[in-house]
Amino acid sequence: MKPVHVLEGRGVPLERSDVDTDQIIPSDWLKRVERTGFGRGLFSEWRDDTTFVLNQPEYAGASILLAGPRFGTGSSREHAVWALMDYGFEAVIAPSFGDIFRNNSSKQGLVTVQLSLKDVEDLNQMVKEDPSRLLVVDVERLSVEVPDAGWHRAFVLDPMTRERLLEGWDDIGISLRREDAITRYEATSSAPSLVGVFDAQGHAR
Amino acid sequence: MSGKTLYEKLWDNHVVAAPEGEPTLLYIDLHLVHEVTSPQAFDGLRLNDRRVRRPDLTLATADHNVPTDPLSTPVGDPISKRQLEALDENCKEFGITVFPRGHENQGIVHVIGPELGVTQPGMTIVCGDSHTSTHGALGSLAFGIGTSEVEHVLATQTLPQQKAKTMSVSVEGTPPPNVSAKDIVLAIVGRLGTGGGAGYVIEYRGDAIRALSMEGRMTVCNMSIEAGARAGLVAVDETTIAYLRGRPGVPEGDEFDDAAERWRSFVSDDDAIFDLEITLDASDLVPFVTWGTNPAQVVALDGVVPSADDVHDSDEKNTVQRALDYMDLTPGTPLRSIPVDVVFIGSCTNSRIEDLRAAAAVVKGSRVSDGVRALVVPGSRRVKNQAESEGLDQVFIDAGFEWREPGCSMCLGMNPDILTPGQRCASTSNRNFEGRQGRGGRTHLVSPVVAAATAIMGRFASPEEVPA
Repeated sequence: MKPVHVLEGRGVPLERSDVDTDQIIPSDWLKRVERTGFGRGLFSEWRDDTTFVLNQPEYAGASILLAGPRFGTGSSREHAVWALMDYGFEAVIAPSFGDIFRNNSSKQGLVTVQLSLKDVEDLNQMVKEDPSRLLVVDVERLSVEVPDAGWHRAFVLDPMTRERLLEGWDDIGISLRREDAITRYEATSSAPSLVGVFDAQGHAR
Repeated sequence: MSGKTLYEKLWDNHVVAAPEGEPTLLYIDLHLVHEVTSPQAFDGLRLNDRRVRRPDLTLATADHNVPTDPLSTPVGDPISKRQLEALDENCKEFGITVFPRGHENQGIVHVIGPELGVTQPGMTIVCGDSHTSTHGALGSLAFGIGTSEVEHVLATQTLPQQKAKTMSVSVEGTPPPNVSAKDIVLAIVGRLGTGGGAGYVIEYRGDAIRALSMEGRMTVCNMSIEAGARAGLVAVDETTIAYLRGRPGVPEGDEFDDAAERWRSFVSDDDAIFDLEITLDASDLVPFVTWGTNPAQVVALDGVVPSADDVHDSDEKNTVQRALDYMDLTPGTPLRSIPVDVVFIGSCTNSRIEDLRAAAAVVKGSRVSDGVRALVVPGSRRVKNQAESEGLDQVFIDAGFEWREPGCSMCLGMNPDILTPGQRCASTSNRNFEGRQGRGGRTHLVSPVVAAATAIMGRFASPEEVPA
């Protein structure tokens, strides 16, 4: 994962609540075995509608998604994160998120910023007034800013997620540093091995 | 000092390392894998020259993509075919047991784990699928993960985790006739909303939960995620132990008795304290139907389609109006007057033998209404075989249902079983999101007996409306 420090970009106001991961990337796209190319499927059922906000030319190239409450609920599909990032989003700002989606985002370097509903609505308003406005998401200082409006808010990230974003750390590498502890645990663990249950063809013994 | 909740016991038993200021590293006892969320994880292992640490604690099955046509029909979609082949190849390369399409143990991942007895009380279980919460019905801590975490578990057999808060949802009393486990969980999701369980692990308690079969408890735990909770739990009791006895994954004889004795400890202590406690009265429950586009948009089968005027919050008003528009429903319409095009009985929520028995009892001797397509998709080959040995397949076929091969089928539109735009479906699955069952499709979540009655009546109906 690439380190993330300070993101600067334009915002796009989604203005919908309860956007589940089936809406972010419909399941038809999940048949693919690749990790790239999902941007074309992002919100694909809504993008056919010419009035959908991502189809508006003034928001082309925006990299910060302003979303509604409970963004990313439902299915665990990490494809939702891949689709947002492949499309060009680097951060999502919302009043609340689905747990698994938020967790998946942190593994890929997509920054999820939780602000109050009022703050997100204010951001929506500022962006709608002037879509060319620059927004800043600062992972080092944990702040969101709209410099030309003099607007800024602090946000909270758990310290480990922040550190991993800043350093671009690979979780597996971090955990494998504790391989001795894993091996020690396994010596006392009672997890039943499946080797005794199924033969090489998967038939129950 | 107060006692421990079941969740706390499961957590404490699996701590590998708890470094200061970092998430706890939890050991994972069983990793279930399917074709959709794993190919990119296996690629990651290859790129980094990593192995699967414990292939003997990892089990794979094909479910999301498999067509439910007769096995003689090849997989028509080349992209699905490639993904199914990739699962086989990856499992072979990394030494993992896999049940491909047609295998005697193949089925929906959350159906086969319990039925094979590889899901056991006291375990930690993960899978790249949000409905992994199902396995909590057996007193195991089970939750869905993303593909990066799938790769992490493959490589380390552990996961860094933040401890969740605990919620007790007690369902007390006796539910009225024709109120099933599905109605219980729809009531809970309706009460909590789609975000009410976020950050919590829910333990389902109370005599109405204790009275449920294991299949019913799985239905309830399955939909925990629809309230935002990553895991649901039911404490171990004699129902759990009786269910597990004789299954392939559990020991036999004295060893089983020893295991059962250990399993009986996986309950919350009497004096355990939950962060949040909620109680529902089972006698208040009725058969429910979702009317909208998220699983918390629930209404009684006896009720009417709600109106955006019923809510005051402007954000919520918009959500209701959007859902009404998408579902093409008019406020005030009685649910029982709404005709359906398709009825789907299946999915990891309701495709187990008990679900099929209940639905078959409703349709026996009747015919599916003209113009309605009705499908029954058993959750696994073992369920299918069991149902056929009981003659349930013939009951469904005689009534005009399609009797199909096991898989996720019409729950999620990743295989040929999909709705066409505008079709309305009564479905025993778990999500009524826009386009979930196929682009433009309209999903109403119901219990198996309501789905069965709806197929016969051609509109939303309860079993007592079906003419004898």
